[in-house]
Amino acid sequence: MTTATTGAAAAKAAGRTKPATMAQALQRAMRDAMAEDPTVHVMGEDVGTLGGVFRVTDGLAKEFGEDRCTDTPLAEAGILGTAVGMAMYGLRPVVEMQFDAFAYPAFEQLVSHVARMRNRTRGAMPMPMVIRVPYGGGIGGVEHHSDSSEIYYMATPGLHVVTPATVEDAYGLLRAAIASDDPVVFLEPKRLYWSKSEWSPEAPARVEPIGKAVVRRPGTSATLITYGPSLPVCLEAAEAATAEGWDLEVVDLRSLVPFDEETVAASVRRTGRAVVVHESGGFAGPGAEIAARITERCFHHLEAPVLRVAGFDIPYPPPMLERHHLPGVDRVLDAVARLQWEAGN
Amino acid sequence: MQQRSSTVQEPLADSAYRPTPPPAWRPRTDPAPLLPDAEPLRVLGTDAVADADPALLRRLYAELVRGRRYNAQATALTKQGRLAVYPSTTGQEACEIAAALALEERDWLFPSYRDTLAAVARGLDPVQALTLLRGDWHTGYDPREYRIAPLCTPLATQLPHAVGLAHAARLKGDDVVALAMVGDGGTSEGDFHEALNFAAVWQAPVVFLVQNNGFAISVPLAKQTAAPSLAHKAVGYGMPGRLVDGNDAVAVHQVLTEAVARARRGGGPTLVEAITYRIDAHTNADDATRYRADGEVETWRAHDPVLLLERELTERGLLDEEGRRAAAEAAETMAAELRERMNADPVLDPMDLFTHVYAEQTAQLREQAAQLRAELEAEGESR
Repeated sequence: MTTATTGAAAAKAAGRTKPATMAQALQRAMRDAMAEDPTVHVMGEDVGTLGGVFRVTDGLAKEFGEDRCTDTPLAEAGILGTAVGMAMYGLRPVVEMQFDAFAYPAFEQLVSHVARMRNRTRGAMPMPMVIRVPYGGGIGGVEHHSDSSEIYYMATPGLHVVTPATVEDAYGLLRAAIASDDPVVFLEPKRLYWSKSEWSPEAPARVEPIGKAVVRRPGTSATLITYGPSLPVCLEAAEAATAEGWDLEVVDLRSLVPFDEETVAASVRRTGRAVVVHESGGFAGPGAEIAARITERCFHHLEAPVLRVAGFDIPYPPPMLERHHLPGVDRVLDAVARLQWEAGN
Repeated sequence: MQQRSSTVQEPLADSAYRPTPPPAWRPRTDPAPLLPDAEPLRVLGTDAVADADPALLRRLYAELVRGRRYNAQATALTKQGRLAVYPSTTGQEACEIAAALALEERDWLFPSYRDTLAAVARGLDPVQALTLLRGDWHTGYDPREYRIAPLCTPLATQLPHAVGLAHAARLKGDDVVALAMVGDGGTSEGDFHEALNFAAVWQAPVVFLVQNNGFAISVPLAKQTAAPSLAHKAVGYGMPGRLVDGNDAVAVHQVLTEAVARARRGGGPTLVEAITYRIDAHTNADDATRYRADGEVETWRAHDPVLLLERELTERGLLDEEGRRAAAEAAETMAAELRERMNADPVLDPMDLFTHVYAEQTAQLREQAAQLRAELEAEGESR
């Protein structure tokens, strides 16, 4: 039995375990990291007094002071650019970008400096920092508040791209990201900020190192490969599919870079069929890369083409139409039905 | 609603219109102390030179002569194909060298791609300084060893790094100052604005040095900014702006030394604009005759930084024929050594391509590294 389980059980016995949200788990991860390591600094717009617009940094400025949790001027390139300098001097900045589309002004700093500083200095100057980006739709946000921008980060060598889908992972992966000696773009699925679990903040569990996918639901007839905000959708679809006689395996990638090819390939070899599900666009999207890799590695095990269920290839729609854009359970089930390729053709 | 909102003014009894400021308004500090002087500071040719330390003057001269020779040698190396490109600072040596010499050893320099000379004046190995421009790697040295950030190719993006580093140093209790160099074109970039704003808000110990050499490749300053001077931009951020004759090494050294001292004692950032001129083209790949007149270049040749200092020192009896010859010989020795070392082909390991992308190679990179290794082995066997 792990200490985490023991701790959770003890907390439960003492009546202290309450459902915790992903936002609380993320806050706890930063708090624990800051308490353990004085070089960890949180910075961004509104992260101090307000505690972040999603309250993810709530209380950090009060506990650690404004030098450790800093309200910066409103300028994303400046926030990330100064964080680069701070990392050069031995600090570990944790930068908040407030909303997905607000991170775009910082792209030059990210791509031209953060991602390649280790490489251009031949390892002399690594960039240990976390860039937290609340991403994705489903919260009724207006324009520029719902983008899924993971493919831009995935296409930039030198960055890790991580996205939790559960409360436990939110804590564990953020701790791992802060401890990483490489820059990590930490994508927080904002529609899961208020998702709850019986996770215990008193005894938070660490997770496997960044780069390990996990099978969330074992199955035999096909694999759903997903991450972040689409994980609950896939788990629900898998339950619904049992009525049709499908026993679906669900793989949560957790990390897009590095990509855990082994876990994905092993699952697809077992099931022979695969659907990649994400809410960012399908054209040149993450699913295209994943499908290509599956085809290269598992061609002789495949009973059907690898399918993708993705958002449409459109600018993120206005909130009153977003339900038509976001891949839901029905769209996943439709794809699963299309996997009967061999029988139907 | 019975009560009026407090923001609505009662009509004035005497019917005189007296506007009041908005509630959040507060009087600002008088901008006058932040404004640069109308004329760039000059020391050479004035009585103020007498205050300068003769040893510093001699050192500046020797470094300027060496810098001029370095520019000529590096330009020659591009013609021989030994350098992919060289952005010369001929005519700008005073800004480069006098600024670098204003720093203490513990301070940091954030150079742009053109600021090789500043890095060399700070003690960087002349060959390591050219690694980026030769193309054998992106940076030829450990930035922490020399406290020189990698030569930065994108414009002005190194300025926020300087602010962050200086801020971090202060948080750690170190009295370190960062000097960030940028050209006139770079002042139009968003990162310039954001860096200055962050520095002023945080009162970070940073000095920004704009080397206004007249052109951003081909675009003249008049098409770059409508500001009275680039130093004027400081006022809007709440930091002092200073104007200096960038071809007057003693004036540059004085202004930079003051700004560095001010930053070190907690006085916050300064923006310095040095007025200078790029005698050579933007790089060896540029044809400067397309956008500027010969007459203009000749005017600036008469205001050459090496010449100005040489005349001053000679007139003051601090430099004689022997001193000039010693400086020239030292520069020639440096050039010969540079030439010789640059003529040796660098030894490159292609497997280095995969070594420093991440702290630990991803599975995908391990596969690609194996592929390249196999290709190299096949190449070796076929030879």
